[in-house]
Amino acid sequence: MPQTAFEPWNDPDAKPLIQFRNVSKRFGDFTAIDDLSIDIFEREFFALLGPSGCGKTTMMRMLAGFETPTSGTIMLDGQDISPIPPNKRSVNMMFQSYALFPHLTVYENIAFGLRRSKMPKDEIDARVKQMLKLVQIEKFGARKPEQISGGQRQRVALARALAKGPKLLLLDEPLSALDKKLRQDTQFELMDIQEKTGTTFVVVTHDQEEAMTVASRVAVMDHGKLKQVDTPDRIYEAPNSTYVADFIGDVNIIEGYATKQGDTVSIAWSEGHSPIIGTPSKPIADGKVSFAIRPEKIAISAERPTDRNNIVHGKVLDIAYLGNLSTYHVALPDGTIIKAQTANSRRRSSRPFTWDDEVWLSWTDTAGIVLES
Amino acid sequence: MNMRRFSLIAVPYGWLLLLFLVPFLIVFKISLSDVALSIPPYTPTLELSEGWAGFRDFLSQLDFENYEFLATDDLYWKSYLSSLQIAFISTTICLLIGFPIAYGMANAPKEWQPTLMLLVILPFWTSFLIRVYSLIGILSQEGMLNQFLMWIGIINEPLTILNTNIAVYIGIVYTYVPFMILPIYATLIKLDGSLLEAAEDLGCSRTEAFWRITVPLSKAGIIAGCFLVFIPALGEFVIPSLLGGSDTLMIGKVLYEEFFANRDWPVAGAVAVILLLILIIPIVLYQRNEQKMMEADT
Repeated sequence: MPQTAFEPWNDPDAKPLIQFRNVSKRFGDFTAIDDLSIDIFEREFFALLGPSGCGKTTMMRMLAGFETPTSGTIMLDGQDISPIPPNKRSVNMMFQSYALFPHLTVYENIAFGLRRSKMPKDEIDARVKQMLKLVQIEKFGARKPEQISGGQRQRVALARALAKGPKLLLLDEPLSALDKKLRQDTQFELMDIQEKTGTTFVVVTHDQEEAMTVASRVAVMDHGKLKQVDTPDRIYEAPNSTYVADFIGDVNIIEGYATKQGDTVSIAWSEGHSPIIGTPSKPIADGKVSFAIRPEKIAISAERPTDRNNIVHGKVLDIAYLGNLSTYHVALPDGTIIKAQTANSRRRSSRPFTWDDEVWLSWTDTAGIVLES
Repeated sequence: MNMRRFSLIAVPYGWLLLLFLVPFLIVFKISLSDVALSIPPYTPTLELSEGWAGFRDFLSQLDFENYEFLATDDLYWKSYLSSLQIAFISTTICLLIGFPIAYGMANAPKEWQPTLMLLVILPFWTSFLIRVYSLIGILSQEGMLNQFLMWIGIINEPLTILNTNIAVYIGIVYTYVPFMILPIYATLIKLDGSLLEAAEDLGCSRTEAFWRITVPLSKAGIIAGCFLVFIPALGEFVIPSLLGGSDTLMIGKVLYEEFFANRDWPVAGAVAVILLLILIIPIVLYQRNEQKMMEADT
C-alpha cells in the first residue's frame, strides 16, 4: 500500500476536529485574540508558536474551557463548546508547571481523572498501568511527585492528561522545564506517543525549534492574529511575511525596489551594488519589497564565483563557531552586514576564513524570498 | 563537640531550662507540699543551713496527698472534662468560621490581601482584657446585642447570654479565631491555582476540586490552627471568669480560685501539673505537624 502523506488540511472533504470561527477574546481594553479563524484536523500535531503575550496561551485556555471567547464560536467535533465547562469536555491539558497533585502518588495522579468517571476499578488499574508503561515510568508508581526527577514528572503529567483518552490533548510549553539534551530526546518520544495514541495534540510553545521538530503544522502568532499556518518546512522556506521569516531561524532581510523581469525580479537595494535577482513565489507588482535570505543559502568564497548572478564583496567582521556550523558576519563596503553560514563538514581542516579577510558572497536566483512590503 | 555548635545550642536550652524547667520543678515541688498558714503558704521549705540531714527531712515530708485529693473530689475531673469539651467545641467553631475567612482572603484580589490581613490582626492592638470586658457590655441583659435584637423585633424579652457557657464560647471563639485564620491562610496562599484547573480539567466540579485538592493541601494549616486554638483554650481562665456563670466549669478558673481565693498553693500546683500533662499530648502532636510542614517546604 503506498504511503500517502498526512495532510488533511489540503483535502477539501476532510472534516476539521476543531474550528475557530471569528473568535475574539478581550480582557478589558486588551485584545488577546483578534477575529481569528482556523481549522485543526484529527490526528494532527499542531503547534501554536509566538512570543509571550501573542495570545497562544489564551487560545489554548479557551480550548480547555478556562476562558470563554468574547465573540465567535469554537467547535469541537462539530459542536459549539463554549457552554461546556472544562470538567465535561473531552479535552485534557498538560500544564506548563505540570500541576501534579503533591499529596497523591504518581499512580493516584494518573488515576485521578479515571476515578472521576464511572470506570470500574479493575479497568482503572489496567489503564493506569498501560499509561505508566507508555511513558516508561512503571517503576515510579508508588512515589510522590517530589520524589522523582523533572523529566519523570513531565512524563507523569503527560500520562495523566492522556489517561482519559481525550479527543484533544493540549500541551502548554511541555518541554520548557527540561534541559536541552533531555528536551531533544523527549521531543521524539512525544511524537512517538502522539502517533501511537492517535490523539490530536495542540502544543503551545515559544521555542521555534521545538515547534518545527514535533508539529505537523505550525501556526505563527503575533498580537492575537495568525501570521501564517503551514507545515514546518514551508514556514521556514516560504514565509509569507518578514515577521515570520524573522521569527523562525536566522535571516538576512534586505529592503529594495523591485522591477519585473520575466519570471524573476530585479531588486535595486543599494547604490554601487548590482541589483539582486530574486524569484517571487507569486507574481508581484513593481515597488518596494523585502528580500529575505537564510544564511545557509549564501555561499562564501575567496575567489569571485562565475556561475551566479548575485555576488557581493565584503570583509569578515565576526565569526560565530557553533561546532557543526560557522556563521560569518560579512560587512559590505556600504556598511550592510550579511550573515553567511557554512557547514563544518571536515574535522581537521583549518578555518578557511578569518577576521578581516576579503570574501565573496553569492547565491542563486531562487535562494531568497521576495516579500511585498 | 565543637565549641561553636555547643554555644549555639546552649542558648535555646538555657532559655528552656531557666524559664520552663525550673518554674515547672518549683510548681511540682509545691504540689507535693502541705498547706500552712505562713509565708509562703506551704510546708516544708528547704533549709540549706541544716545540710544533708535537713534535705532528707525535707524530702520525707513531700507526698502525693494533693493528687489523691484531686482524684477523690469530682469537682476537679469534672472541670478537666468540661474544659476539654469547651476547648474542643470552640476549636470546631473557630475552624468553621476561620476556614471560610482564610479561603476568602487567599482568593481576594492581591491588592486587598494586606488590608484583610491587617483587619484580622487589628484586635491584637487592644488589650485582651479590655476586649473581653467590652464583650460584657455587648452580651449583658441591657447590652447592645439584646437592644439591637429587640429593636429589629426578633425578640421581645432580653436573652440571657452573659454568665452562661454560650458567652464563654463567644468569648473564646472571638479571641482565638485569628489563630485559626492565619496558619490556614498561610497554606492556602501557597496553593498553586493550576492544581485546581488540573482537577477541573480531569473531570472534577469546582466543589469536588475543593474537597479533593484544596482541603488536603491545607491540612497542615488546619491542624496548626486547631492546636493554636485548642491548647490555650483548654487552660483559659479570664474568659470563663468574666463571661461564664457559676456553673461554668473550667480548669483554669478552678486553678485561679484555688490559688488566689483559697490560698491553697499545693492543690493549685497539683491542678497545674495535671493540666500540663494533658496539654503535652496536643503540644507534641502540634510540634510534629510543624516539622512536617517545614519538611514539605524544603
